[in-house]
Amino acid sequence: MLSDKDRIFTNLYGREDWRLPGARKRGDWDGTAAILARGRDAIINEVKASGLRGRGGAGFPTGVKWSFMPKQSDGRPAYLVVNADESEPGTCKDRDIIRHEPHKLIEGCLIASFAIGAHACYIYIRGEFYNEAQRLQAAIDEAYEAGLLGRNACGSGWDFDLYLHRGAGAYICGEETALIESLEGKKGMPRLKPPFPAAAGLYGCPTTVNNVESIAVVPTILRRGAAWFAGLGRPQNTGTKVFCISGHVNKPCNVEEELGIPLRELIERYAGGVRGGWDNLLAVIPGGSSVPVLPKSICDTVLMDFDSLREVRSGLGTAAVIVMDRSTDIVKAIARLSKFYMHESCGQCTPCREGTGWLKRMMDRMVKGEAELEEIDLLEQVTRQIEGHTICALGDAAAWPVQGLIRHFRPELEARIQAYQARTRQAAE
Amino acid sequence: MKPAFDPLHPTEHVSFAFDAESEAAIAKILAKYPEGRKASAVVPLLDLAQRQMKRNTGSAWVPCAAMDTIAERLGMAKIRVYEVATFYSMFNLKPVGRWHLQVCTTTPCWLRGSDEVVAACKKVTGITHFGGTSEDGLFTLSEVECLGACVNAPILQINDDFYEDMDGKAAERILEALKRGEPPPPPGSVIGRRASEPWPEETQATANAADGSAEHAE
Repeated sequence: MLSDKDRIFTNLYGREDWRLPGARKRGDWDGTAAILARGRDAIINEVKASGLRGRGGAGFPTGVKWSFMPKQSDGRPAYLVVNADESEPGTCKDRDIIRHEPHKLIEGCLIASFAIGAHACYIYIRGEFYNEAQRLQAAIDEAYEAGLLGRNACGSGWDFDLYLHRGAGAYICGEETALIESLEGKKGMPRLKPPFPAAAGLYGCPTTVNNVESIAVVPTILRRGAAWFAGLGRPQNTGTKVFCISGHVNKPCNVEEELGIPLRELIERYAGGVRGGWDNLLAVIPGGSSVPVLPKSICDTVLMDFDSLREVRSGLGTAAVIVMDRSTDIVKAIARLSKFYMHESCGQCTPCREGTGWLKRMMDRMVKGEAELEEIDLLEQVTRQIEGHTICALGDAAAWPVQGLIRHFRPELEARIQAYQARTRQAAE
Repeated sequence: MKPAFDPLHPTEHVSFAFDAESEAAIAKILAKYPEGRKASAVVPLLDLAQRQMKRNTGSAWVPCAAMDTIAERLGMAKIRVYEVATFYSMFNLKPVGRWHLQVCTTTPCWLRGSDEVVAACKKVTGITHFGGTSEDGLFTLSEVECLGACVNAPILQINDDFYEDMDGKAAERILEALKRGEPPPPPGSVIGRRASEPWPEETQATANAADGSAEHAE
């Protein structure tokens, strides 16, 4: 269990002042210029050594990502773009960082931008977070007034501008190249890679895109040291993480914990347990809607980190834990996700544009059992036609929840189909 | 300026020009992007146009005339603005009611009872289907995808504000008040929860967390 002295987001619930004076009391903006004085390489190496993996879902090592940026500018500016387009169903951690710990994010933007050689950073926040954007802009404004941003930011000698850009309602803009397209004023359609953003990103310039939480933990890592962060969690899965526990628990909540905490402990210690007790658990989606669902038998023992969840053919994703008790119509719960992906597919790649519609329509029939038994395999095949055949991961994300359902709840699908067929036979007689 | 033909609303005749309040905001927005990259402002300007329509007509939507104005202002082809306006779900391409009710029904909200919230919205407003507007023009009901506040599910978004930890009764209470012409309640949880903390009483861990941060403050 994470001890309080190791907590990074001490104001996650907004009990204290989010403004600059309150943030300074929590240790933000303490010696930032001295951190920058360590130099680019030292900062990147420290973040690499901490083992920090991206908190937006993919889990790519943040320091390694930064090291892809050109060391010498060829005349083009470099950009940091912060992904605050938090839209993965189940996920609501960045929202709390933005509204209650905005200065951790802002300070992180300065440090990360310096480390990748960027004098400008855009934070792309989802449009629906209107009040959150107002809050973040107010925090940016006060940071400028205090000389923490702008020319010679914090007295570090580094000129740095931070801009907030609001989106307008499109899940796909959370994909980093779609986000860049959107920021350039286009439809949010992902780009073919390569070139990767580090070579040609925003406005064709070297760009790094990082999640809000990844950036917001950086100042604390640099203050307390890579060894401290790496000492939390498990090997290759280091540090703390904000978990979002939603669904059928007694007390849905966000909480910061060490990576590798057992799922059961996470739910019982913080979220007041499963509604009706642990034995009433049916299944959990452990990392946001894109990762495969896990049945109770796996939930009993699984640990919450990238590698443990991959071993059970699911994923940590954004660490959004969606809990479903035994009253849940599991087929309907997954069918609703299929509808989500159909709605959010950008339409660029045929397998995803058409395939998400196929999935949604087949899943709607599966909810009623209005299908043939062989169609379960057909459904599986459709997911395989989408997975790996698209420019971005939205296709995969649409396929995986359905694959998880078939893998773990096939008897439920079969029972429904048989019941439906029995009913229609009866009606015909 | 009236467009010759509005492909989205052949029957609407709406002219549009940014007012002084919007112009002040435009100057700030354009300053965020580098020279020659004005197209980056297309989403912010569409949002601004929608807000101006709300301010001046009571309905938050983006008429085609506004898209044309924005295309001209940003030096973009009109079609590029149209495709952006039709791609993003937050732009209303036809007039909406004074209160735009946006119910999240994605799985985390559905698990916590978003069906009840939808039913309450329909009951109070008389709207029968998503996308519909009440006869008095006061409400439009939309189904939206995940709003990113899932531990406070279900969520009902009214205009810009999130109402959290909703249920059918709370939705009815809020909408009845709006119907009577009362102002909406302050946004946030309707059960008195501050934010995303476990609720009602604290677990030992979160109590410790609060103490820990208080120590920090000293």
